[in-house]
Amino acid sequence: MSDYKDYLTRQVMLGKMNRREFLGRAAAFGIAASTAGTLFATSAAAQEPKRGGHLKLGLEGAAATDSRDPAKALSQFMFVVGRNWGDMLVESHPTTGAPVPALAESWEPSADAATWTFTIRKGVKFHDGKELTVDDVIKTLQRHTDDKSESGALGVMKSIKDIKADGGKLVLTLTEGNADLPLLLSDYHLIIQPNGGLDNPDAMIGTGPYKVASFEPGVRATFEKNTDDWRTDRGYVDSIELIAMNDATARIAALSSGQVHYINRVDPKTVSLLKRAPTVEILNTSGRGHYVFIMHCNTAPFDNNDLRMALKYAMDRETMVQRILGGYGKVGNDFPINDTYALFPEGIEQRAYDPDKAAFHYKKSGHSGPVLLRTSDVAFPGAVDAAVLYQESAKKAGIEIEVKREPGDGYWTNVWNVQPFSTSYWGGRPTQDQMYSTAYLSNADWNDTRFQRPDFDKILLEARSELDEAKRKDMYRTMAMMVRDEGGLILPMFNDFVNASTKQVKGYVHDIGNDMSNGYVATRVWLDA
Amino acid sequence: MTESGPMTGPVLTDGTAGEQPRSADLSGVPAKPNPTGADGEIGGSFWRRFVFRRPLAALILQRLGLSVGLLFAVSLMIFGGIEALPGDFATTYLGQSATPQAVENIRKDLGLDRPWSERYLNWLGGAVKGDFGTSWASKNSVSEQIGNRLGNSLFLAFFAALISVPLAVGLGMLAVQFRNRMPDKIINVISLAAISLPEFFIGYLLIMFFAVKWGVATFPATVYDSMSFTERLSAIALPVATLVLVVLAHMMRMTRAAILNVMSSAYVETAELKGLGTFRIIARHAAPNAVAPVINVIALNLAYLVVGVVVVEVVFVYPGMGQYMVDAVTVRDMPVVQACGLIFAAFYIFLNMAADILAILANPRLRHPR
Repeated sequence: MSDYKDYLTRQVMLGKMNRREFLGRAAAFGIAASTAGTLFATSAAAQEPKRGGHLKLGLEGAAATDSRDPAKALSQFMFVVGRNWGDMLVESHPTTGAPVPALAESWEPSADAATWTFTIRKGVKFHDGKELTVDDVIKTLQRHTDDKSESGALGVMKSIKDIKADGGKLVLTLTEGNADLPLLLSDYHLIIQPNGGLDNPDAMIGTGPYKVASFEPGVRATFEKNTDDWRTDRGYVDSIELIAMNDATARIAALSSGQVHYINRVDPKTVSLLKRAPTVEILNTSGRGHYVFIMHCNTAPFDNNDLRMALKYAMDRETMVQRILGGYGKVGNDFPINDTYALFPEGIEQRAYDPDKAAFHYKKSGHSGPVLLRTSDVAFPGAVDAAVLYQESAKKAGIEIEVKREPGDGYWTNVWNVQPFSTSYWGGRPTQDQMYSTAYLSNADWNDTRFQRPDFDKILLEARSELDEAKRKDMYRTMAMMVRDEGGLILPMFNDFVNASTKQVKGYVHDIGNDMSNGYVATRVWLDA
Repeated sequence: MTESGPMTGPVLTDGTAGEQPRSADLSGVPAKPNPTGADGEIGGSFWRRFVFRRPLAALILQRLGLSVGLLFAVSLMIFGGIEALPGDFATTYLGQSATPQAVENIRKDLGLDRPWSERYLNWLGGAVKGDFGTSWASKNSVSEQIGNRLGNSLFLAFFAALISVPLAVGLGMLAVQFRNRMPDKIINVISLAAISLPEFFIGYLLIMFFAVKWGVATFPATVYDSMSFTERLSAIALPVATLVLVVLAHMMRMTRAAILNVMSSAYVETAELKGLGTFRIIARHAAPNAVAPVINVIALNLAYLVVGVVVVEVVFVYPGMGQYMVDAVTVRDMPVVQACGLIFAAFYIFLNMAADILAILANPRLRHPR
């Protein structure tokens, strides 16, 4: 028992377990909650953040074409860059995913969730010394909602009808009620800039914990501590250096030789090798990203729900997680939501590999002959292998899948969302509503399964403006069941974010929001000498 | 390009050293009346006289004219190639997270809705004036960014060449002197092994031993403005070593082959009969006559050091031109791709021209048509 207690304590110390999870596990093993609470407190106290030092991160995803303008940030690299120098109005809680205050101190919805009033924090200074005002916030939001905007947040922001100030407060009016609005404002493009970035969108001046010292697109970015930061619970190191390393082997070499403290995108295939290095720590976090096989519900032969069910039962999810993700992930259940979302519909039966049921539905569908599946390694890492694995498991159910490997270049233009059966990847969204609205609403731009159901749309829109959480949860459950049993989505797995650091790096927060501690990695960790 | 296209300029006649495939262009100067000058009588005779009196200047002039034509052809090919790629800048840049509205906005903003010929001519107009425009993706000046990146690439290439060229030629001569004996065999085996390994593999091996296991070398090789010269040198040590290993064998073996080729000729036999030492024969009698093919191989390898090192740049995280162009191609950033393509083409053309001229300087017999 004490061994297990030690183990739990260590997990907490390493930041691998949050308080709630820790208490839960401790209780399950009969450790009294009070003892557990003390334990947590001690282990957390042992982890008093240290300040100072120079943190170096080797990150994949930078390109010479990266734009300094946060509206156009797309790459993993720029995601972290933006988190270092800027702040949004709202952040999401690392473990619950709920909205928490950032530059907005508090907010209040109207009864129909269509008008929101935000109180903007006072006494916050931009890096150039100018004080943050409501006007800066308004200008920023206007820049991202403008129809002519090239902002990556345009899709998120288009439901905002009116942005105005009301005596030091920000009032947003939406075209329809949306209970998730605060979370939408945590989008990483929506960094509040002086005068909304209208004068100089590329200035990289914000309110974040670090000031940009140098930035060379596709090569390197360096940061210095913002001594005027409005928060004290972040920004522990004195300076940060982000180095672009697009080659996976280069990242691993740099980490194991101690040249950098942290790398992202560790290939599951190499994790076991990297683990052998005594100085290295693997950091894997459950994520919302999912690898998918998508069928067009309106295109023959996939317009037949029996065939769709047959193909869903023919998928061996466990094997996929083991072989394609190296175990760093969780099985999916054919709807695009997992328990990292707030209001996750619990208790839906897990769909398992069942050749008999697959054969039954296949026979019922009346389809014969091979089913053509298009794939490419750009769809997700190991997509071609996954397709071949799928081909094997389907064969046992008497279903013949023909795998066609497409060129990676142009896959997103010519195959995904065009061809009736293909492999793809979804990165997950801050809210269930956003995930469903992006890809499952009948008229959604990226409805890549051609799932067109007026009854589904109706529930989705109702849930959006529902402020009663219990009712909302029920609605999401209904929607999940519809997608799971009638949709064109086969979702075998949710992938973990697999990163790695040296053991010097402490305080890593496993944030369910997004990869690399939701981009905040450099502002949250500290270095232990 | 109805007949043989850009090759019609200086007629590439039969080579003087037929056994070397590349030496075919060495003669450079037309053996027959120049087809480009033959149409106008006055111009033609003037050109003919000029070619006769100043063959070297004529060659350089011809080569320059041809180079400009080639560059135009290259720019057209690059433009066409990118047009033919699936997806344009707007869709590729935004990728999976694009909304039709954002795509539309970007297209309009960049004028992608206009016909390609108009866009090409616009771009060409700027490029002729030395203005490569701004990158579509980052909105930075292309010329400025290339200045930086090209500097980095040349820095790397310069040191790689500084080490590999003398080393290759020296080893080549050494191999001839000890022909078919132990040193020759060792040099051959090692250089063949190096050339047989893909460059990324050599790079990884060097990283594994020198950076990870022994911790004696700097990695990654990222260079940036605030670095001192010595820091830069230490940063590029591993990539330079990789490049040297990759290009060494090619140049070394060509040196060896070319000298051996000359060694079987009559005047070397005479020298041997005179009783001269082997090294003296190689250095004084054989090497000058073998210089033409060697220079050609060196030129090709130098060009490779600048334009062909993408893989090495990626492996060592070195911010050079290759990486820059690859990034741009991935998002179809036309202005950047075009500018990089032109600069690469210019390098190849210039180095080939330089090689030909040097070969002629080294061997006066090539200067006049037979």
